[in-house]
Amino acid sequence: MTNGPMTALPSESRLSLAQPRVPVWVVNLGLTALLAVLWPIDRLMAEYMDPYFLRILVLIGINVMLAVSLNLINGITGQFSLGHAGFMAIGAYTTGTIMHYWRPEGPMIPVAIVALLILGGVFASAAGLVIGIPTLRLRGDYLAIATLGFGEIIYTLIINTEYIGPLRVGGASGLHGIPIVANFFWTYAGVVVCVVCVWRIAYSAKGMAFRAVREDEVAAAAMGIDTTYYKVSAFVIGAFFSGVAGGLFAMYQGNLDPAGFRFMRSFEIVVMVVLGGQGSITGSILAAAILTYLPEQLRFLSGVWRMIFYSILLIGMMLLRPGGLLGSRELWWTRRRIEPPRHPVAS
Amino acid sequence: MPLLEINNLSVQFGGLRALSGFNFTLERAELVGLIGPNGAGKTTAFNVVTGVHPPCTGEVRLEGRSIVGLKPFKINRLGIARTFQNIRLFGGLTVLENVLTAFNQSLTHGFWGTVLRTPRHQREDRHHEAQAMDLLHTMRLAHRWDELARNLPYGDQRRLEIARALATKPKVLLLDEPAAGMNPQEKMELMELIRFIRDRFNIGIWLIEHDMKLVMTICQRITVLDHGETIAVGTPSQVQCDPKVIEAYLGEPVS
Repeated sequence: MTNGPMTALPSESRLSLAQPRVPVWVVNLGLTALLAVLWPIDRLMAEYMDPYFLRILVLIGINVMLAVSLNLINGITGQFSLGHAGFMAIGAYTTGTIMHYWRPEGPMIPVAIVALLILGGVFASAAGLVIGIPTLRLRGDYLAIATLGFGEIIYTLIINTEYIGPLRVGGASGLHGIPIVANFFWTYAGVVVCVVCVWRIAYSAKGMAFRAVREDEVAAAAMGIDTTYYKVSAFVIGAFFSGVAGGLFAMYQGNLDPAGFRFMRSFEIVVMVVLGGQGSITGSILAAAILTYLPEQLRFLSGVWRMIFYSILLIGMMLLRPGGLLGSRELWWTRRRIEPPRHPVAS
Repeated sequence: MPLLEINNLSVQFGGLRALSGFNFTLERAELVGLIGPNGAGKTTAFNVVTGVHPPCTGEVRLEGRSIVGLKPFKINRLGIARTFQNIRLFGGLTVLENVLTAFNQSLTHGFWGTVLRTPRHQREDRHHEAQAMDLLHTMRLAHRWDELARNLPYGDQRRLEIARALATKPKVLLLDEPAAGMNPQEKMELMELIRFIRDRFNIGIWLIEHDMKLVMTICQRITVLDHGETIAVGTPSQVQCDPKVIEAYLGEPVS
């Protein structure tokens, strides 16, 4: 203890806190511009691109939303959930049934799309709130099983519901004839909003609390963090974007098969998150893209061999990179931009 | 009115009386020790005060307000922070981030502030970063600000836990074996540091410690526990001479 901590603490000026390289309002403006640019891109793609690849691109977008939103729950908050397809189903069926009944025309179409995507997301969020409550008592494997059960409940409810009032849900035979109004533009507008929201939540002061819950709940509570609030928030926000992705899926496919929302779907999303690296948002995006594209590329293999080869690839990737493609890092530097203290610090 | 007051506290785990009839007071800017053999109920006392375990009977008051039954995070927000015997840092977060998590309760921006990254949100972040770095300077950890907490040496981890606890701006700081695993040099520095924290932040510090030299040197008063019972209370010199304490630590005298 030479000059020790006895020296009075100076004010903030001691630190040189670097401002972000690009002011946030510029970034926000840029993101808005990006949304606007998506529209002409969509027109060009619809005109010149191979519809098969365009379709894969849209499915990648939907899977990116699912993986990124699940990453907030599983990777960043550490609440292992196996019920993500359930949230997706709620969004898909909310949007699908109402769209089926409403059949908007002309300028009402974009209004209907936005309104129904938000509604689907809100309904999924409500389910997220309900499923978030058991997480207060369950952790690890037990939580995984509870969320798995939730997904199956949603599936069972859907296959046993033909109609809700005048709205056709379709039951076990599925819901057909939803107007196909979603396209590349709507999907990627959703992706941008979803990724920006989750990213900014994850890498913010509040995001630190989500991570603290993952790292050590007891310590987090002892530091004044309302762990209940953050766990339920993760479920509510994650479920919202999953519901939006489901809505996009419904309006892109035009028909919904309840079997497509069973636990296999949830597992697929979990695999994307784990393969990309739990807690890494860019990792989830990357893995969602690869795992959507890869099975398509393997179509030259016939029948059974395609899925066997796909599974072997998955096993291989996990053996080579057990922490996922990116671990918990991102593709680029995300650490807070603080310069280290300039003066030497006695140790 | 004492800063922290515990009256007639009892805790029972099944058939085991972990703590019985425990009384305690702590004043502002006071440094008090809690010692006793292993399994005496020291950490249990801390756990009850911080809301981890409910007590069977008795009351705990912070500035006259009863805090029994409140959730741990509420108790922390009212002004009681702690460190853990088995270090509980957020291992996957950096040193700076560990301290920043503790500012959670003073965040004023909401969901939209986070998603839109409003100027207020950013100003708040800068302010908290500066405060956190100041705390890290105090704890002599500033040069390691960007390392993952799990990669720190043991002594540094203990000091980081104290820094993180202080970031919640407590009135009472509970330290559970802060010197465990430190070498003599580090222990000397820690003693200075604990005194400095008490004076600079003007808070009451209650610490559990097995290192008798450390406890006897810095504590103004000491409580000795054995099998959940309080066997002695007093100044370090009084406690040292107490035959019951000697018996608890060394066994009965051979006659």
